[in-house]
Amino acid sequence: MESRFHSVKLLEEKCKGCTNCIKRCPTEAIRVREGKAVINAARCIDCGECVRTCENHAKTIIANSLEDLREYEYTIALPAPALYSQLERASGPDEIVWALQEIGFDEVCDVSFGADIITECTRRHLMSFPKLRPVISGACPAVVRLIQVRYPNLLSHVAKVESPMYAAARVARAEVSSRLGIAHDRIGVFFITPCAAKVTAVIAPLGSEKSYVDGAISISDIYGELITRVGQHGAARPVYRGSSFGFAWANSSGELKALGLQNVLAVDGIHNVLDLLEEVDNGRLAGVDYIEALACPAGCVGGPATVENPFVARARMIEISKAVEAGSDYALAEAKQVVDKYGEEFFALQGELAAVAGLAIDPRLEVAIAKMSELERVLARLPGLDCGACGSPTCRAHAEDVVCGHASEVDCVFKLREAMEEVAEELLKLAKTDLPSLQRRNDK
Amino acid sequence: MYRKNDNGQAMDPAEVTPCGAARPSSEPVLEMSFEVGHYDFAAAGEAASKIKQVLRKLGMAPDVVRRAAVAAYEAEMNLVIHSVGGSILLHVDTEKVTLVSCDEGPGMPDISLAMKEGYSTAPDEIREMGFGAGMGLPNMKRCSDSFSIESEVGRGTTVTASIRIA
Ligand SMILES: Nc1ncnc2c1ncn2[C@@H]1O[C@H](COP(=O)(O)OP(=O)(O)O)[C@@H](O)[C@H]1O
Ligand code: SF4
Ligand code: SF4
Ligand SMILES: [Mg+2]
Repeated sequence: MESRFHSVKLLEEKCKGCTNCIKRCPTEAIRVREGKAVINAARCIDCGECVRTCENHAKTIIANSLEDLREYEYTIALPAPALYSQLERASGPDEIVWALQEIGFDEVCDVSFGADIITECTRRHLMSFPKLRPVISGACPAVVRLIQVRYPNLLSHVAKVESPMYAAARVARAEVSSRLGIAHDRIGVFFITPCAAKVTAVIAPLGSEKSYVDGAISISDIYGELITRVGQHGAARPVYRGSSFGFAWANSSGELKALGLQNVLAVDGIHNVLDLLEEVDNGRLAGVDYIEALACPAGCVGGPATVENPFVARARMIEISKAVEAGSDYALAEAKQVVDKYGEEFFALQGELAAVAGLAIDPRLEVAIAKMSELERVLARLPGLDCGACGSPTCRAHAEDVVCGHASEVDCVFKLREAMEEVAEELLKLAKTDLPSLQRRNDK
Repeated sequence: MYRKNDNGQAMDPAEVTPCGAARPSSEPVLEMSFEVGHYDFAAAGEAASKIKQVLRKLGMAPDVVRRAAVAAYEAEMNLVIHSVGGSILLHVDTEKVTLVSCDEGPGMPDISLAMKEGYSTAPDEIREMGFGAGMGLPNMKRCSDSFSIESEVGRGTTVTASIRIA
């Protein structure tokens, strides 16, 4: 099994082994073993659902820090549109751009602009592949990973365009390099991320070999730095800013609104995404042209590395996209020009999306069949309460862990009690047997 | 070799299949049986969905999983709609996935007519629910590498669909 990078990590000292996270994980990638959560790297899609679930904050997102800016001669911040929904005190996006420059970035390029570019590319993509339906947006890397792990049939349905982050990064780097004459590799491009999935996409890109983004910094990690700086001083403009449509991508349905198509479907929240993809996989949504699927509730505004309540953030995002409406036509025209200048290929998905094995009970079919038979027998003996006390999310998952040698049947508290009862009965029987020496005496 | 009855409980290996159909005999095998209730629309689709999960866990090729899931779904809906309920037997060996749908329902008077695309005896209220397009059996056949129907009016119906692995 290839080992893959994951940005979601466990802080062991904080984990109480409560088993809350194992039940929420959409790929059943987590177990509690010896009192601590353990993540199976082959199954984890970095959706961050466990980060959101854990009340002990034992799940964390490993990302870059502002220290890392020092490695570069010139740095560019790429704020996800969702960032602007997070700071109640800011009068508008410009103040936040200014704060980003204050904390060390030389320049800012809004990812809303990348979103406008990708909207344009997706439109063209849909026209060039009129037969393949539905097309599934590849904007959320957690969803793309989910497809790689669980729905390999659907990989060909994922739109062959890169993400808004990627588009913004490539354009910003190229423009800054030619404007200031700085070599590409001396420019540090950092995504300001609402989530773990994007960190993973930066460090281990989904399709391509090479990432065009140098790092990702969590919104929650720099929130404190930003909040103390907004509302104090001046305002700054980013080099590129998207349209109100580009901003609205941060909310679920935002991408669909930008595309302006009929026969489309938006879904948010990873468990809803799962339910929807299952039916796409069953071929029951062939009449839908395009699907926007986001792992987080309410969309990226509800990402696991954000700080604000997702619905408050969502409402604020609507206000913000209204506020930037004035510059929208110009922004859209600019995005079109950029696509024409660089060409669609520049923004096309780099490389192929490959299936990721990780769900199968065994790679050898004969063994898998035998294990599956055994699994069903073990499962029939378990109580079927899915209580999670064994450290596996469901009785079925526990039976699988038993069959695969990762757990023992008596890790189930009910099985343990049964076994103890049996032992106790044996002991009682033994205790009641008369000792031969005493027996002889009684006989007489 | 183990056999399962409803929802995966182990059954005596000596037991015959619910329909008494001859069981294929290459080892190792997995057999599970799923009960399907007449007009039980709340649970309709669950058997197909469980079968899909099992095949996925076995690491089957995505295309095999998809075809088997479609065939299982059509068989299941026919048990719900056209019969008195029944069972779907899943049989997996190293060569193929076999689905056997058995019921003791009304049977089919004319199998080749039932196999025609667009032919359906589904009543109006069922059509209003979006079923009864008459594509189920043809679809099952299209998804299978071998497909057969045995049916006797007044006795019941057995539909067998096999999908070759690799
Ligand atoms: N298990 C069954 N028992 C009796 N009749 C059946 C059964 N399955 C299918 N049929 C008959 O075959 C016809 C065609 O089935 P199918 O192709 O699945 O289309 P539909 O279910 O849409 O009617 C049904 O309308 C019904 O008359
Ligand atoms: S939710 Fe998971 S990570 Fe958090 S304390 Fe409970 S078991 Fe540990
Ligand atoms: S919905 Fe947005 S914030 Fe959430 S994982 Fe996907 S890309 Fe990240
Ligand atoms: Mg049918």
